[in-house]
Amino acid sequence: MAELTLPKNSKIKKGKSYPLDSQSKNKKGFSIYRWSPDDDENPRTDYYEIDLSKCGPMVLDAIIKIKNEIDPTLTFRRSCREGICGSCAMNIDGVNTLACTKSINDVKGDIKINPLPHQPVVKDLVPDLTNFYEQHKSIQPWLKTKSDEPDEEWYQSREDREKVDGMYECIMCACCSTSCPSYWWSSDKYLGPAALLQAHRWISDSRDDYKEERLDELDDAFKVYSCRTIMNCAKACPKGLSPAKAIAEIKKELALRK
Amino acid sequence: MTNKNKISPLDRPLSPHLQIYRPSFTMMMSIMHRISGVILYFGSFLLLAWYISILIGAETYQLLNQLFSFTIIKIALFLFTWIFFHHLFGGIRHFIWDTGRGFELKTIEWLARLTAIFSLISTLIVWFL
Repeated sequence: MAELTLPKNSKIKKGKSYPLDSQSKNKKGFSIYRWSPDDDENPRTDYYEIDLSKCGPMVLDAIIKIKNEIDPTLTFRRSCREGICGSCAMNIDGVNTLACTKSINDVKGDIKINPLPHQPVVKDLVPDLTNFYEQHKSIQPWLKTKSDEPDEEWYQSREDREKVDGMYECIMCACCSTSCPSYWWSSDKYLGPAALLQAHRWISDSRDDYKEERLDELDDAFKVYSCRTIMNCAKACPKGLSPAKAIAEIKKELALRK
Repeated sequence: MTNKNKISPLDRPLSPHLQIYRPSFTMMMSIMHRISGVILYFGSFLLLAWYISILIGAETYQLLNQLFSFTIIKIALFLFTWIFFHHLFGGIRHFIWDTGRGFELKTIEWLARLTAIFSLISTLIVWFL
């Protein structure tokens, strides 16, 4: 069932404020979600101000600056800083995206930053994605074959290779799944956009011999069909992919094969 | 202080969702499709009442028609007509998606706008033409 409000221990309180002393013209405010397991406090929103003339262009640059210069306890994941690892996925200005590819100048006024929505919080902007990864694992995201292994590599024609375009680029950052209200309300039964895009990536792979078995596995009242085509996933994807379309293709294949 | 390693996912706070996600037109249209479906279900009893009144006889039918001519009920019926068309065009939008088409970000926005526009125009046509 959909729980529209936050549980008691998750209600967000007003937190600390770190305003900038100087009268800088290039000031920018950041309201950031904070929660630590080390005390029994509820989550809070801390407010930081930084001078943009002394900061890189991306939101990730800003939060690294805050961590380095204002508050070393601020916790978040990051690695590649160029949109390929998916670590710094978070909710910025109300939409899930990667902090490293989101320009500070794209947001007018203060920038609100929250962890990926409707996930258990490990600390601050770090969500617990165990369930998300388990679901990815459940669709068996690897090549499965029945034919004998070739002497060299598994050949694929140019046309067949093109069939996984728009899917192989997925970096599993979880922006799409955690933007989806259907996933919020039933992540225990619904696989979510990311796992389904991955599922379709393997269903579409010409070298894979388990297409039917993969479809059998997905043919369930919730796993695929909880998708209501809300489109938050496609709008959130920082790689410009469309999980919504991949899900529609799965539904189509399920409907047409019998 | 609690032992960090013993914190189960259930004890962790849930990150905010509806509270913080930026509402978009497509998201609202999806919610409206659901709400209009529910209202249609209950609203169909109005239509049923109308049919049954015909079955019972001319007097009941006239009584019901008088009831339906109250301004408040007229407004409700007007809104119900709009809800009907909203769900109808929303359904057509879903049929298009079911064929695997119309998933480009621009098309998504246009399909949502067209659903809203067509539902309003159709409602006005039914009531005022």
